[in-house]
Formats: sequence, structure tokens, C-alpha cells
Amino acid sequence: MNAIATDVTPVTPRKPWKNTRATLKTATINGFFSAVLATALYTFTGLDGILGWYVSFIISVMVVMAIVSKVTGNGKSIADQVAPVVISAGFATVMIPWISLIGTVVQRGVKGIYTGFFTHDMLVNSMDEPLNVGGISHAIIGTLIIVGIATIIAAPLGIIAALYIVEINGKAARFVRFLTQAMSGVPSIVAGLFIYSTVIIAVTHKNNAFAGSLALAILMLPTVARTSEEVLKVVPREIRDASYALGATQVRTTLRVVLPTVRSGLITATILGVARVAGETAPLLLTSQYFVRFTTNMFNSTMASLPTYVFGALRTGTENSLARAWSASLVLIAIVVFLSVIARLLGGRSTGRK
Amino acid sequence: MLDSWTSDAPAKLFGVSDIGVTPRQLKVSRGTSDKVFRGFILAGALFSLIVLALISGFLMYRGFGIFKDFGFSFFTSSKWEAAADDGSAPAHFGVAAMLVGSFVVSVIAVAIAVPFAMAVSLFLEYYAPYSLRYVLTTILDLVASIPSVIWGIWGYTILMPHAVGWSKTLNHWLGWFPLFDVPAPIFERSPFIAGMLLAMMILPIVTSVAREVYSQAPRDQIDAAYGLGSSKWGAMRTVVLPFGKSGLIGGTMLGLGRALGETVAVYLVLNLVFKVNFHILASVGGNVASLIASRFGEASPYELKALMAAGLVLFFMTLIVNFIATTIVNRSKVPS
Repeated sequence: MNAIATDVTPVTPRKPWKNTRATLKTATINGFFSAVLATALYTFTGLDGILGWYVSFIISVMVVMAIVSKVTGNGKSIADQVAPVVISAGFATVMIPWISLIGTVVQRGVKGIYTGFFTHDMLVNSMDEPLNVGGISHAIIGTLIIVGIATIIAAPLGIIAALYIVEINGKAARFVRFLTQAMSGVPSIVAGLFIYSTVIIAVTHKNNAFAGSLALAILMLPTVARTSEEVLKVVPREIRDASYALGATQVRTTLRVVLPTVRSGLITATILGVARVAGETAPLLLTSQYFVRFTTNMFNSTMASLPTYVFGALRTGTENSLARAWSASLVLIAIVVFLSVIARLLGGRSTGRK
Repeated sequence: MLDSWTSDAPAKLFGVSDIGVTPRQLKVSRGTSDKVFRGFILAGALFSLIVLALISGFLMYRGFGIFKDFGFSFFTSSKWEAAADDGSAPAHFGVAAMLVGSFVVSVIAVAIAVPFAMAVSLFLEYYAPYSLRYVLTTILDLVASIPSVIWGIWGYTILMPHAVGWSKTLNHWLGWFPLFDVPAPIFERSPFIAGMLLAMMILPIVTSVAREVYSQAPRDQIDAAYGLGSSKWGAMRTVVLPFGKSGLIGGTMLGLGRALGETVAVYLVLNLVFKVNFHILASVGGNVASLIASRFGEASPYELKALMAAGLVLFFMTLIVNFIATTIVNRSKVPS
């Protein structure tokens, strides 16, 4: 731009926090000795498998770090050296079951998946038959129906509870929030038992799909209410004040200004609620139970759902039925994770990251 | 929102009241539409109160006969027997073993989950590279949504064979201690394995609470610790951990509440035996929720009442634990 700049030799900024050659060297040596020690531990004790080596490696790293900091004595205590190792190792250890679970479900689940798996039902096949017959179409549709009805019931109620806490903010606001928190602690089996003791014993006298929806709605409501509350809180006060200043009533402000502003946030809340209940098994075992084929009879018939299909296949306990359980688990986990990802994407766009 | 209109702040600001002029009071008069709207929303918001009241009411109503017939022995007896068909033996129901089992399994779960939750939340908040934090948090949230039946099938087929090996090692070295003693050398489907599985299931919720309180630790105090020459761990130990203590306790209680009510996963990996058992490695255990799930199918009407009573006990148990948890968590939050 101007001539002065050309005379100046550019100075590369120093980055004192960057890993220097020396620290890298120490780290490599530490890692090497830890690996050697770990292998020694692994060979001479009863530990076996990859997990056994992993455990001995973590122990070795801690020991080596402690010894090095003791010997070099660079002013830092042993705890300072070991703590980051413990914390990182804690996180790594927690990830092992996650990776194992997802890996196992995918690996064992794909074996049973063929096109017919999504189009057939179990009317003429038993759980024990080979994997190329029968399918889970009835269970997928059943889950969609049961969860769908539950959503229709629970989502508006959850959003209304959130509206009361944030918009109306009346005398009972704290009480309502307390109630939704208490409700989120209701064990799923108790929700099922409650619906059984009221709807089924007193009204319908037989197990049916609608009762399952009601049980799921109880579990879904608090999730929707909580997330909606967080979403509504983000709406700037100025928008509401502007609406009031123009002479709008509270009902118009809420319906025409506040709710449209947070539409995608409320959709996120609803999807999170759906993801929360889509995999619930216990309440459905008590209410909608299982049926071998697809039915639209909500009130007089039991209805299949993915979780109860998995559970039923698992209880049959043969090799083929277990493989079916894994395949259905894969479908179920795919649905739940898909919903959660969608919810996060939508939520990230509407409210932004804090 | 509208209520703030009645404030007399402007009057005070301009000193009007000092010269003896009474400020004009604005009174909010809501239109009919607003009144209807507010009433409607309040009614909808109180729906959860109705549900909670109905749950306790109906389970109490259905299970009342059991409380009347067995009295306090419903809580102290661990015998659970339906009446014999020929009438030779009367039915007897008691949930003592299941209550103890619930607590044994949940306490194991919490004991395993909490240290890991602390490590995970410290790692995510303070140790992980910035670029990784968002991804790792997302993964944690996705793990939280894995259905319990899938945890159950994984726990039964994958975790159990490993855990049996660990149980044997524990028993071999620590068997002299009653907790790790076993009456018979069977290690499958023990409270230890169920507790471990539950620990993995409740970890996300404990972590999310812990992470929230740790992230609120005062930044200036952390910087002050660094300024005094503290190492990173020093700052964690002296600022972050003490600050997040009560929040962590609340999160732990929340996890305990979840663990108490967990059904399907426990049902699959725990051997239901009606016997009070503190040998956590032995294949004897149970919890109230899995009792309901396993007996429900073939229960007689009278046994069904007993299950309703057990459900009521479980409901109140989780309600109390949850109440304590939310109180602690809410109190530990910094008002923003």
C-alpha cells in the first residue's frame, strides 16, 4: 500500500504455548515407556483383551508421569502431572461403551436387514424363523402412530405450560415449573401402570394402542415444556413491548408475535420430546403391548411398536430372534438419533449458540 | 409484563410527588379476550398437577387393599407369593427385597457414574481442544437419547461376559469383604452388572448438570488462580470443583432418581430373586420397576393390586429424590 512497509522485515509472532521440540520429545519418551510398562503389566498379570491393555496403559502413563515429575523436579507437584491424564482417561473410558454399543448394533443389525424387513410383518412368521422372512413394517408404523398421537396430546400442553411460565408469568409460575420438573421424574413404568389402572381397567377393559399414546404423552410433556421454556425466554422483551405499545392485547401479542418468532424452537422442543419417548419400552409393555400385524384399530386392539418388538424378540431368546432384535434395534436407534440430530440442527439455527 | 405499567417510578424520578401532586395510577384492565386466554393457559399449565394427583390417587385407590391387608409388613417382608391355586397357601406380598435391591443397584450406578461425570464435564469444559468441544457435546447428547431397551440388549450380550470376568477378579482379591462375597460362584446377572449398565445410562444426565455448574465457575477467580502461579489442575481444585459442589450433588440425585425408575435394562441384566441381598456380585437382586414389568403379565387381580401398591411406592420414592435434586440444582444456579 505504501513504500514504508516494504523495508520492514516481517517478524513471525512467537507462540509460547505451542508444543516445542523438547516437550514433544518428552511426550514421546513418556509414551514409549508407558507402552513398554503397559505391555509388561499386560503380560505378567491376569489382564486380557484390548480392555486389559487399555487399563494397564492408563496406569502406566500415570506412573511414568509421576516418576518423571519427581525425578526432574521442575517445581510442579505430581498431582498436576497426573490430573490431566486422569481426566482425559476418564473421558476416553466413558466413550468405550458408546463406541461398543453403536458398533455392535450396526454390525449385528445389518445382517438381518433386507428390503422385505421394512415391508413385511410377522403375521405368518415367528420370531425364530430365518432372517429372510418377516419384517418390522407393522412395528415401524405402530411406533409412528402411537408416538404421533402422544405428540398431538403432549406437545400443545407442554408449550402451554411453558407459555404460562414465561409469557403470563403469573403467581403460579414457579409452582408450574416445579410441577413439570416433578413430572419429568415419573418413572416410565409408573406412567404405564397409571394408564393401565385408569384407562384400561376402568374404561376400555382391554389393552389398546391409545392407552400407550397416553402413557407416552405423560413422559413427553415435561421434555417439551422444559425446552419450550428455554426457547421462549430467548425472545427479546422489546418485541413484546413494541406489540403492546401498538395496542395489541396479550393474546394477540402471544399468538401473532411471540409464537411465530420461536416457531422453529418449538418444533425442536417437540422433536426432542418425540426422541425422548420413541424408545420407551416399559409403559408400552403394560398398555399397547404387541401385535403381529399392522392394525388401525386404536381403541380395541394391541399394537406393535419397535421397542416392544425388540423386547419380544429378545425374550424369545433363540439365535434368529436375537438377530431380529439387533436389526430392529438398529432401525430404532437410527430413528432416534436422526430425530435428535434434526432437533439440534433446527434449534441451532433458531436460537443460535449461547 | 403488563403489571409493570402501574409502577410510579417516573413520578419519583421527576419529583412530582414532592410537590404534593399525586401521580396518576395506571390500572391495567384486561379485555375479555385476555382474561379468557390467561385462564385457558393457566388451566393447561395446571394439567401436570392433575396428572400427578391422578397418578398418586389412582395407584393409592387400586393398591389400598394391599396396604390394608398387609400393613407395614408390605415394606418389611421380602416374600412375594401369589395365592396357590388350590387355596392351600394364601398370597403374601412384600417389597423389602425390591426396595433394598433398587437402592443397591442405584447406589452402585451413582458411585460409578459420578467420578466419570466429573472427569467428562471437566474435560469438556476446560481440557478438550476448542475445536472438539462442540462435536463431543453433540455426541454426549445423542448418547443420552439411546433407548433403554438397546442398553439392555447390549448389556446382556456384550457387557455381561466382560463384567463376569471383572466380578471374578474382584471376588478373588476382595472376597474377604462381605460386599464382594458370593454364596455360590455364579456371577451372571448380578446387581454389580446392572449397576454398571445403569451408570452408563445415567452418565449423560449427571454430566449435563455438572457441566452447567462447572461452566458457571467465576472466570475472574480462575484467572486469579493462574495469576498466582497455579497450574490448571490447581485452578480446578481450588475454584471450579468447590464452586460446582452443590450442583454436582443435585445432578447426582437426579441420576439416582433416573436409576431408581429404570425398568427394561435392569430387567434384562438382573436376576429377580425375592431376597434381601447385599452381596453385589451374587446373581441375586431386583428393583421395584423390574418387579412390576416381570410380574405384570401373569398377575392375578389381587397380585395386580400389589403391583399398583409397589408402583405407588416407586412413584413417591422417585418424587422425593427428584424434589431434593431439583431444589439443590435450582439453588446452586447463579441468578443471571
